[in-house]
Amino acid sequence: MAPQHHRTMGDSLVVSAEAHPDKHAVIIGGTERYTYGRLLDTALRTARCLQDEGVRRGDRVVIFADNSWACCASIFGTWLAGGVVVVVNAQTKADKLAYLLADCDARVMITEAKLARVFRDVVGRLPILCAGKAVEGTHRLEERLAATEPKPAPHGSIATDLAAFIYTSGSTGDPKGVVMTHQNMTFTVASLIEYLRLGHDERIINLLPLAFDYGLYQLLMTVRLGATLVLESGFGFPEVIRRRLREEEVTVLPGVPTVFATLLAGDPATYPSVRRVTNTAAALSPELIPRLAAMFPEALIYKMYGLTECKRVLYLEPEQLPIRPASVGKAIPGTEVFLLSPDGDPVPTGEAGILHVRGPHVMVGYWNKPAQTEQMIKPGRWVGDRILCAQDWFKMDDEGYLYFLGRSDDIIKSRGEKVSPVEVENALYGLTEVREAAVIGVDDPIMGQAIRAYVALEPGSTLTATDIRRHCQGCLENYMVPAEVVILPELPKTDTGKIRKKGLLEEQP
Amino acid sequence: MSIIETVNANQIEAQLREFIVENFFVEDELDAIESLTDAGVIDSTGVLEVVSWIEDTFAVTVPDADILPDNLDSIARIVRYVTGCVGA
Repeated sequence: MAPQHHRTMGDSLVVSAEAHPDKHAVIIGGTERYTYGRLLDTALRTARCLQDEGVRRGDRVVIFADNSWACCASIFGTWLAGGVVVVVNAQTKADKLAYLLADCDARVMITEAKLARVFRDVVGRLPILCAGKAVEGTHRLEERLAATEPKPAPHGSIATDLAAFIYTSGSTGDPKGVVMTHQNMTFTVASLIEYLRLGHDERIINLLPLAFDYGLYQLLMTVRLGATLVLESGFGFPEVIRRRLREEEVTVLPGVPTVFATLLAGDPATYPSVRRVTNTAAALSPELIPRLAAMFPEALIYKMYGLTECKRVLYLEPEQLPIRPASVGKAIPGTEVFLLSPDGDPVPTGEAGILHVRGPHVMVGYWNKPAQTEQMIKPGRWVGDRILCAQDWFKMDDEGYLYFLGRSDDIIKSRGEKVSPVEVENALYGLTEVREAAVIGVDDPIMGQAIRAYVALEPGSTLTATDIRRHCQGCLENYMVPAEVVILPELPKTDTGKIRKKGLLEEQP
Repeated sequence: MSIIETVNANQIEAQLREFIVENFFVEDELDAIESLTDAGVIDSTGVLEVVSWIEDTFAVTVPDADILPDNLDSIARIVRYVTGCVGA
């Protein structure tokens, strides 16, 4: 008997699989097709396997995988076992993977054989279920699933239990685990579906990593709706994406500006099956909007704004787009936003203030980081009420529409992904010959912002820009690696001796 | 393949391997038929870098419709594609 309510994140799969077991839930790379019945069966087997490996209610399961079938089934399998989902980007390098596993105190890791050269150092530290070819020191996922009944023990989780950690870059450099409960996530999925006006027949394409909340929620919305997810690994081959849009009759295209800029390059075709185009993570330039409207003539175009700490904050009703193309709209359904001065006072209409957010979508906090949690989440109007500070400057017009003005910290947005300059600078300081390092974002038509590193070297050093980029490639995710490295004799400083990043950009535009 | 074509293909492969090592910082020797995206050597923007490199190095234009895994997702495929483009 399927559950009557969406209390925990696994419920939606049970409901959808009971309603239409033979409908396609996930299509991967245009060839692998999996029904809801198959997704539920695999998730239940995964859940049982995880429980056999010791996973209990609230235990973290790291899913280190590309956008794949194993990743989708493991996400729901973890929830059906009572575990907490931690999806880790497949681009993550060995040191950071070890950091994440330790930080979230993972009980089990599910991964893929093709990532063995990254995870080989952690083999033996925790049970690893590995999809694909056999890898020494791991259990082969497919064999374990085949030998396991699709019958996990009741997990006992309730709506206020932990559902997922989503790692995000922080201005301090250490990635932070954003902790979400089932209640947070079931609420947010429903709110997104409501304002996007989605139905059961959607065919949602996802090109973004499932480790990124924007990618993950495409899967979650799909399963909640009983719709179909067309899953791809990235958007490196735009022609493949165009073909998929046509052949799979995709109805929803979520992207970031880099995706749209890539798809629009030199393609005069139109895609009438697409009914929704959504953008978030970086601002959609006004110049792209009419071109997107021409490419997707039947689509409602949504501009949105969010942060991992509450998933999504604002959206602009598509009918408002021609009227106020520079706005990112209003609070998502069931939530509230307002602007405050840095001192916490209300800000008059039309003046700049820092965005604050209230609602059931606001995270519990950062895992094991009480001080950083306290910086982001302030006490609200009564006991237990909490307000999230988005750390971004906005202004509001007299009809309540919001306009993004800028960040109040120095986080870089490249290809729609948050990059902490400190995390990149720490990687640069990992080279002993690097004496000073400063990382900034510079405007780039495709990337939004490209990452530029300025370094000063120790006397006598012969390091080249290529050496430095190679080092970064070895320890940072690809999107964090500086596109450009500028070597200077010395970096400009403030009176107090801090590196003056503004000065760098003025001297070296 | 004629002798001239084979020589050209070998030259193209050598140049390509040099470019990949320099740009994508690969430590291990890559198998010519290994998928570059699956191996994590190149990602979405990496594909565009490969395309620019082909266009700059061989003075050809790579049409959008040719930017496909079949043409670009392994060393062997890129060599075959470039060989076809330059009419070697």
